[in-house]
Amino acid sequence: MISSIIFISLLIILGIFSFKRYRQIYQNIQLGMPWSPSNQLKDRIKNTILIALGQKKMFSRPIPAIFHLFIYLAFIFTQIELIEILIDGIFNSHRFIFHLAEGSFAASIYIGLINFIEILSVSAFVATLVFLSRRNLLKLPRLNMKELTGWPAKDANIILIAEIYLISCIFIMNSADLALQDPANSQYHFLLSSLLVPFWNGISFHTIEIFERIGWWGHVIGIFGFIAYLPYSKHLHIILAFPNAFFSNDDAKGKINYMPQIFNEIQSMMDPSFASNSDGSEMKFGAKDVQDLTWKNLLDAYSCTECGRCTSSCPANQTGKLLSPRKIMMDTRDRLEEVGINIQENGSFVPDNKSLIHDYISVEELRACTTCNACVEECPVNISPLDIIVQLRRNLIMEESNSPQEWNMMFGNIETNGAPWKFSPTERGNWANK
Amino acid sequence: MIQVKTMADYLAQGENPDVLFWVGCAGSFDDRAKRITSQFAEILTKIGVRFAILGSEESCTGDPARRAGNEFLFQMMAYQNIQVLNGYEVKKIVTTCPHCFNTLKNEYPELGGKYDVWHHTEFLQDLIDKGNIKITDTNEYKGKRITYHDSCYLGRGNNIYEAPRQILEALDTDLYEMKRSKKNGLCCGAGGAQMFKEEEHGGIRVNEERTKDVLDTQAEIVVANCPFCITMLQDGLKANEKQDEVKVLDIVELLNASI
Repeated sequence: MISSIIFISLLIILGIFSFKRYRQIYQNIQLGMPWSPSNQLKDRIKNTILIALGQKKMFSRPIPAIFHLFIYLAFIFTQIELIEILIDGIFNSHRFIFHLAEGSFAASIYIGLINFIEILSVSAFVATLVFLSRRNLLKLPRLNMKELTGWPAKDANIILIAEIYLISCIFIMNSADLALQDPANSQYHFLLSSLLVPFWNGISFHTIEIFERIGWWGHVIGIFGFIAYLPYSKHLHIILAFPNAFFSNDDAKGKINYMPQIFNEIQSMMDPSFASNSDGSEMKFGAKDVQDLTWKNLLDAYSCTECGRCTSSCPANQTGKLLSPRKIMMDTRDRLEEVGINIQENGSFVPDNKSLIHDYISVEELRACTTCNACVEECPVNISPLDIIVQLRRNLIMEESNSPQEWNMMFGNIETNGAPWKFSPTERGNWANK
Repeated sequence: MIQVKTMADYLAQGENPDVLFWVGCAGSFDDRAKRITSQFAEILTKIGVRFAILGSEESCTGDPARRAGNEFLFQMMAYQNIQVLNGYEVKKIVTTCPHCFNTLKNEYPELGGKYDVWHHTEFLQDLIDKGNIKITDTNEYKGKRITYHDSCYLGRGNNIYEAPRQILEALDTDLYEMKRSKKNGLCCGAGGAQMFKEEEHGGIRVNEERTKDVLDTQAEIVVANCPFCITMLQDGLKANEKQDEVKVLDIVELLNASI
């Protein structure tokens, strides 16, 4: 009874806490400008299935993809066990689903499933150790760059250690549970945790019972903590990968999104009969801060798990330039969080003399991009750092007139000569006369 | 010397060409790229494709302005070009520049310019497939050790990886892929309007980094499909003092010598 009350209370606290945080994230994403993908529903569903559910893009790097798949599958299938944990917690029962199914064929499905989860859990355990060591011992370059110093590095390790902890609790619970059974009349048998049963030899029945509860409660508290921690962590990709894949475009990557406001301006400038449909509100060119980006850019920022595939494939970054596409995403999220807190505290946004450009992302970083799309191609969850870079560049050029001298010359030549170099348009056909 | 007619010439004769050849700024003004332009025109002439150019009526598509962030200038250029193209009722365009290709194909439609746009690699591959281009059995590049550089705007930008490789196969060349190729291909360093400014501060130039990949293949020729990539690779080879050992050629140049 008491344990039920504790469990239900924890569940309610977790629910309220998480609801608030997820609502905050949702509201932050809503701060972005309107945007809708141009593809059709069936393509969006296909993207969600292939890219998020099927992790298609992960497999361009097969080895980490396989280890990641172990953790992913273990996580997905453990959710089935979580249902039973919830029921057991609320009603203070023990293996509710098993006892419900006991004696029928469903019971063997249950046992098979727990066995399967145990196998997945062990592979996830191994994968987690591999991930911890490549990050901390092998010092894989993309996981040890300077933008990860401090909190991001800690965040990554917290999640990995939490996974080790959760898996350990499951095995303590399952093996203690098996050790408590009468061997002559055992109800269920789990292959992998039965290998751990000998460790309980010589320990009193009562102590094992306590350990079984420690395993169960440890797992429950671990899961609750994980759920509460998740929306503060880069690990949120496990949820947001799905909407992010769903809302991603299928346009050719070379295409840059156009600005309808400018289209209206030019039409009314060139064609007097053109009726502008602009609402006359003040026009802003490009993005200076997170609110000027589209909501998809902001969803991208929350979906990023900082794996750094983008940065490791970026030609600018590989040749020692300041630009790191991953940092673009991290900066966008950090600034968005700051703006969100500002709004929460003040009711509406109170200017804080900061912006995404300059205070978070420097001009030098933006200037280093070759728009080669390597980062967009690499991202396993279809994030586009390039789309943000282009919008920030627009602000620099069109609002701040902040442009390198060479670019100003290029703009001038295009405007007057119709070519980026200083040649007369009448010379265009000269190649043919030689 | 080849006879090249403009759209205005065709219009004056009351005729329509099969295709508009969009030459691009590099193809019109850059000495190295001009040779590629001529050779492409030569191929078209040899196989009897009736093509026209815009001549002095062609302007920059606006690609470098747009990527630098000058959306206003980009849309100005797009407006002017679309007026010209629609004025001539252009249906089909072929271009030897992947930047022009991408802009015309993907970015002009929503501004009112809808055309059937081809990059020269796909265009030529199509003609080979149809049997219009016949490659000689004893072509100059047969068995040559070559490598191929994917330009970002043809490759990742538009998912065209195979057409150029099929041409190289048709030429019976010995293709050695670089360690970073196709989807993982490394940029030459020119895109995003970098061509028109000094590189940002860093350890090494992007084109020199890419040149290392080229040299690793020990190829005699690096084949490209973009005038800017060609400039960048040529400079990268010069920086490594390898410009005499490794040639940078457009796919058009290989093909023109072999038909």
